[in-house]
Formats: sequence, C-alpha cells, structure tokens
Amino acid sequence: MHLAYPAVLAALLFCTGLYGVLARRNAILVLMSVELMLNAVNLNLVAFDVWLRDALHAGQALTLFTIAIAAAEIGIGLSIVLMVYRNRGTSDVDRLRDTVESAETAEPDGAPDATAAAQKAEATA
Amino acid sequence: MILAAAAPQGFLSPTGVEVAFLLVGVVTFAAAIVTVTTKQLVHAALWLVVALGGLAVEYLLLTAEFIAWVQVLIYVGSVVVLLLFGLMLTKAPIGRSPDADSGNRWAALTVAVAAAAALVWVVVDAFRAQWIDLDVPQGTTEVTGAILFRHWVLPFEALSVLLLAALVGAIVLSRKADAGEGTGAGTGTDQGTDAGADAGAATPDKEQR
Repeated sequence: MHLAYPAVLAALLFCTGLYGVLARRNAILVLMSVELMLNAVNLNLVAFDVWLRDALHAGQALTLFTIAIAAAEIGIGLSIVLMVYRNRGTSDVDRLRDTVESAETAEPDGAPDATAAAQKAEATA
Repeated sequence: MILAAAAPQGFLSPTGVEVAFLLVGVVTFAAAIVTVTTKQLVHAALWLVVALGGLAVEYLLLTAEFIAWVQVLIYVGSVVVLLLFGLMLTKAPIGRSPDADSGNRWAALTVAVAAAAALVWVVVDAFRAQWIDLDVPQGTTEVTGAILFRHWVLPFEALSVLLLAALVGAIVLSRKADAGEGTGAGTGTDQGTDAGADAGAATPDKEQR
C-alpha cells in the first residue's frame, strides 16, 4: 500500500478536527473534535509503525497508550463540562468569558460580579 | 525501503487493499466532516461512531488487528456513550440548534483549509515513493501482547495509575458541592447528593475543621 494514503487521510482528519475545535460552540462538540484529532494521530502512528516494521512496535504501543489517555481525557473533560453546566447553566464556550481581557470595561467591578454569580449558582445547584 | 522502481506498484494500478482503504477513507472523512458541521448535536455523536468505526477498518487493512478491536471497544463502545451521556446531562436540544457553530467559523475554515493544504502537500511530497509492505501482518494480538508485556511494561503500569487518577478526579469533580458550604474553603470534603439526610450530623464535624 502506498504510504501516502494513510498519511493523507490522517492529515485530512486532523484538519477536520481542527476546524471543529475552532468553530464549534458547544463544549461537548469541541471534545468530539478533539477525539477526531487524536484518532488522526493514531492512524499516523499505526501506519508508520507498519511501514517501518519496528522491532519494538513503538508505534502500536504508543497508539494503545494514546487511546487510554484519550479515554481519561474524555472522562475528565466531560466532568469539567458538567460542573461548568451546573454552575453556569450553559456549556457554551463562547459565553465563558470571565477571564477576558478587555480594555474598556472596568475589570475590578466585572470580576467580583461573575464570581458572586458563580457562587450563587453553586449554592443553589 | 525504496521500492518505487518495482513494477507492480504504482498510482495507476492500485491493489485491492488500496482500493478498500480509499473507499473506507472517503466514508470516514465524510463522516468526520458531518460530525463537525451538523447542527443536530446527537447526530454529531452518531456520525462520530461512523468515523471511528471507519478508522477501525483502516487499522484492520493496515494489519494492526489488536489496535482495531481496541478502537472498537474503547472509542465506539465507551467514549461515544460517554459523549451521549454528556449531551443528555447538559440538556442538549434534540433537533436543530441554530447556535451550534460560533461566529468565527469562517476564520476556523480558513485555518483548517490552510493547514490541510500545507500538511497534504508536505506529506505527499515527502512520501511519494514509499510503500508499505503488507504481506506479513504486523499487529496481531500475539505480537502486540508480546511487545506490550516484554518491552513496554513500565509505561503500561504507569498508564493504569494515570487512568485510576483520572477516574478519581472525574468522580471528585462531578460530585455536587454541599449547599451549606458556600463560603467555606474546604469544598472538596462534601457529602454528595444525600447531604440533606444527614446534614445535622455532618455540620458539627465541619465546624471543627
């Protein structure tokens, strides 16, 4: 098999995931796009491992490790998203702008407001 | 490994494995595109199943058999189910949601197309004359088990510790914070969802801290 086939497919999948991470607004859809990017990397690892015929099969071992780390990442990421949803009532990454740096709004009276609202939401949740 | 001069290999005479790889690759790429562009959130998760399953078939075609079944088990079996549960718990709307894409999607499209063009150009230019020899399977379960438990045992064990830490962290993060502890510093030592039942018993204990 020509090596360009898996390599090009991996590059295209990675860029699809890149578009999803940048363009999606829901945090869970962003996590799905991250999964696509990780899978593109896995395809590259497997293809180059089979091509090089590595005696230690480092590519396939690293692919298994990447899959396990991706599973850990999706668990932690989803629990963070759920906590944000419980505190703020939204999982919309465009609305989580507490640490935004804007020159015109007065920073010291914007930040405590958001913190107080978050604490109130946490207390009522 | 320069085998390009060998006669039976060429772009114009693809083997059966190459044709299968190409077809499954087109399906996988299309499913990935639908995953990142559809406006229905649950459909995105279901198209992700198609994309990940297609990748499992690609692993099989690359003779990495064990990786393919791990892909099916972990990704299609558990990660997508976790994502669906996440969508359910955040009350994602069923049906079309008009605000699934953010306002900077054209900038994102530009970046993605530029990155795809650059990567594909570099990859094709670099590996134009390289061929994968698939006559000996490289990733059977026997081979993978041997290398994993002969050469990669320490990373494997470290990874199990990492998975345990991630699970404990996920449980700690997703516990509900106690209602009476809004001003306290130790929000990590709460009682979970059944705090209302034994709130009276737990309060003196927290006052001591």
